[in-house]
Amino acid sequence: MKRALALAPLTALWLAAAPPIVIQNGTILTVTKGTLLGSLLIKDGKIAQIGENIKIPSGAMVVDATGQFVMPGIVDCHSHIAAESINEGTVSVSSMVGIQDVLNPEDIAIYRALAGGVTTANILHGSANAIGGKCSVIKMRWGRTANELLFVGSKPGIKFALGENPKRRGGGNAFGATTLRYPATRMGVEDVIREAFTQAKAYRASWKDYEARKSRGELVIPPARDLKLEPLVEVLDGRRLVHAHCYRQDEILMLLRVADEFGFKIRTLQHVLEGYKVAKEIAAHGAGASTFSDWWAYKVEAYDAIPYNAAIMTRKGVLVSINSDSDELMRHLNNEAAKTMKYGGLTETEALSLITINPAKQLMIDSKVGSIEVGKDADITIFDAHPLSNFSKVTKVFIDGELYFDRDRDIADRPALASRKKELITKAAEEQKKSPPVSPRRPGL
Amino acid sequence: MIRFCRLILLVAFAGCLWAGSDDTFFLRGATVHPISGPEIPNGSILVRDGKIIGVGVSLTPPKDVRIVEGKGLQVYPGLIDSATEIGLSEIGAVRETSDVSELGRLNPQLRASIAVNPSSEHIPVTRANGITAVISLPDGEGLSGQASLMHLDGWTTDEMEVSRTAAMHLRMPVIQTIRSRFGEGPPRIPYAEARKTYQKQMQELNEFFESARRYQKARSAAAPEFKPDLKFEAMIPVLEGKVPLLITAVRERAIRDALEFADKQKIKMILARGDEAWKVAGELKTRNVPVILGETLSLPLDEDDPYDKPFTTPAELYKAGVKFAFGTYNVSASRNLPYQAAAAVAFGLPHDEALRAITVNAAQIWGVADKMGSIEEGKWADLMITDGDPLQTQTQVMQVFIKGKTVDMDNKHHRLYEKYLARP
Repeated sequence: MKRALALAPLTALWLAAAPPIVIQNGTILTVTKGTLLGSLLIKDGKIAQIGENIKIPSGAMVVDATGQFVMPGIVDCHSHIAAESINEGTVSVSSMVGIQDVLNPEDIAIYRALAGGVTTANILHGSANAIGGKCSVIKMRWGRTANELLFVGSKPGIKFALGENPKRRGGGNAFGATTLRYPATRMGVEDVIREAFTQAKAYRASWKDYEARKSRGELVIPPARDLKLEPLVEVLDGRRLVHAHCYRQDEILMLLRVADEFGFKIRTLQHVLEGYKVAKEIAAHGAGASTFSDWWAYKVEAYDAIPYNAAIMTRKGVLVSINSDSDELMRHLNNEAAKTMKYGGLTETEALSLITINPAKQLMIDSKVGSIEVGKDADITIFDAHPLSNFSKVTKVFIDGELYFDRDRDIADRPALASRKKELITKAAEEQKKSPPVSPRRPGL
Repeated sequence: MIRFCRLILLVAFAGCLWAGSDDTFFLRGATVHPISGPEIPNGSILVRDGKIIGVGVSLTPPKDVRIVEGKGLQVYPGLIDSATEIGLSEIGAVRETSDVSELGRLNPQLRASIAVNPSSEHIPVTRANGITAVISLPDGEGLSGQASLMHLDGWTTDEMEVSRTAAMHLRMPVIQTIRSRFGEGPPRIPYAEARKTYQKQMQELNEFFESARRYQKARSAAAPEFKPDLKFEAMIPVLEGKVPLLITAVRERAIRDALEFADKQKIKMILARGDEAWKVAGELKTRNVPVILGETLSLPLDEDDPYDKPFTTPAELYKAGVKFAFGTYNVSASRNLPYQAAAAVAFGLPHDEALRAITVNAAQIWGVADKMGSIEEGKWADLMITDGDPLQTQTQVMQVFIKGKTVDMDNKHHRLYEKYLARP
């Protein structure tokens, strides 16, 4: 699907020894430290100084942001871009697989997300299984290798899923599954999670027992390694973050109960469209909530979804973010955040937090990204109008102080790319004339 | 803020309920945006029996007419979503709640308004954001039926219906080698096979139109062996040019096919979706074919399209002089219609044109410009009172009027909000 040659412009500037950058005379929405009319100094990929007047170091690249709005790069806590496959849907517990192994740095969605101001995203396994695969946090470093997309220092995660999706393969579904798979009910979903953690606890105990006996000098055979259970042990030990897809209030409470029973934490509830019904329980557990702004009624478990969800949960003490779960929605998360001002009356800063510092906190990367503060990564998005206005668009995006998107350059590159495409098509047509293909193209996408 | 503003309006209404019927009132002191002309600061609108009978600055309220105070507020005509499944679909994933697609490829006799559910939760949710009328669109394969223009208020479908047959919907056959954008669908269809299917479908369509024409002749000649046929009967207004053919075509090739088909059949055409209409803008302009654009906030069709192609398409069509309106082609996102128009403003569409595309242009395209789409004398009082620009998300829509009737602004979402905000 995404293997075709990507012709979109490669705007990442590769600078050996990057000179400092000054973004000048813009309205700087720091998100955490107020808003000021001023400038920003970027040095060695980090934010070095923020102020009304900044001395321009010699050799600095100066970006004039007069009349423009400078904000932290947008963080999307739920995305599936840049992944060659999403669901290992054959088993109900697929914790042995991970997105990191299928990252595709040539997915055009990376560039398009950049053009919407997104700099960081949590790339999740799909929701087919009660316990899904491992997740990866990436930066939109378009033009780099798969490994270079990874957000260094981010905490590993894992996807869980409750409700209609994991029980879909239990029968009576519209998705053409021919073989039935447990679970078929929300009861079964709970059971799958409890069974898995019961095994994980026993597995952890067997290793602890082995280590203890080994340290006493006993001659012991180590337990067989179990790649499915190891990530779950990491969850039990607080070394892997759980991002759980959920909709209805009853299943949300179910998961929080199961987590309490086994002694681990749910880091984020994803979608969590009925989170507003049980906000105080979510807050008490300490789980974050990452939701859509206003999607509803696309399935039964989304019929009670309301656009006030983010606002109610925020008012009741839950750490909330707005996510996309979509290549398209990801391009305008700023507009999505604005909806929480309309529905529920969040302030401008609260609305911006939903797509910057809050998701950064949920992913435990807030010491590096999510706001404009000295010492943080220079992940910066510049809009030509206030980002919460529907009339705004992104003009420039920096990641680690490198310019990865520049609207002017994108537009300037278009004629050259168009003629290059034409050349390639002509060439392909000529080659086909010379030696027509003997066999039809392979089936499948 | 919402509750506060609602309170003010309610007080104004409550004090005056004794005076006359609900669809007669005098709205004063607001900035009136007629769309058909420049904005009127401190303007007034006189509504009687659901119709606008006066707009201006120096109107005086007749005696015994309810006064609606609009000081500091904005008044716009109600918005028109030119393509939805409202009333035809409730929950996307549940087939039992969908009446959008019928079986078969030739169903001109089907009429959307027959299946519109006036109790749909989507209706109050949608109109709460200022959308007062929608096109409900049957959407199957081929000729999928008649699109109906519906007001988003009414005790029954009959009360909602503005026009049962606003257009006949045809999905233009295409050479379809790939069924799904996702990898999980059925395998790729070989080109030769897909082309054969396309040719067969085009032939079937042409033959159907020719048969309908013969039927039309036989009918008007009162031929002795003439037997009525509901499918052909439904085609007569299309053949006579009284009902436009709304043709869904996305790619340039399908759009060109549609134009050629409309020429050949000598019918009135409206283009639906038209993602690549910008490639055919000149032809659309020459033939006066209007377009019902889909969501501006969407992905480019091809990987190597400019990232902003869907955002700039409305501005390009505007510059080429093509008339267009916006449709959401959706149910649950219909309330976001104004933001689809706004997204085009960020990428070059003049603000006024964006507003026109969801009001007066839509009314003109659907042949109801004498009834709705702007604030003018003689039109229905389909209005909304806001605290700002309806194209901006933060703007609150405080009150909507449909045919002059003060519409209930409550809806499922607001009820759940109040209920759970108050949970101890």
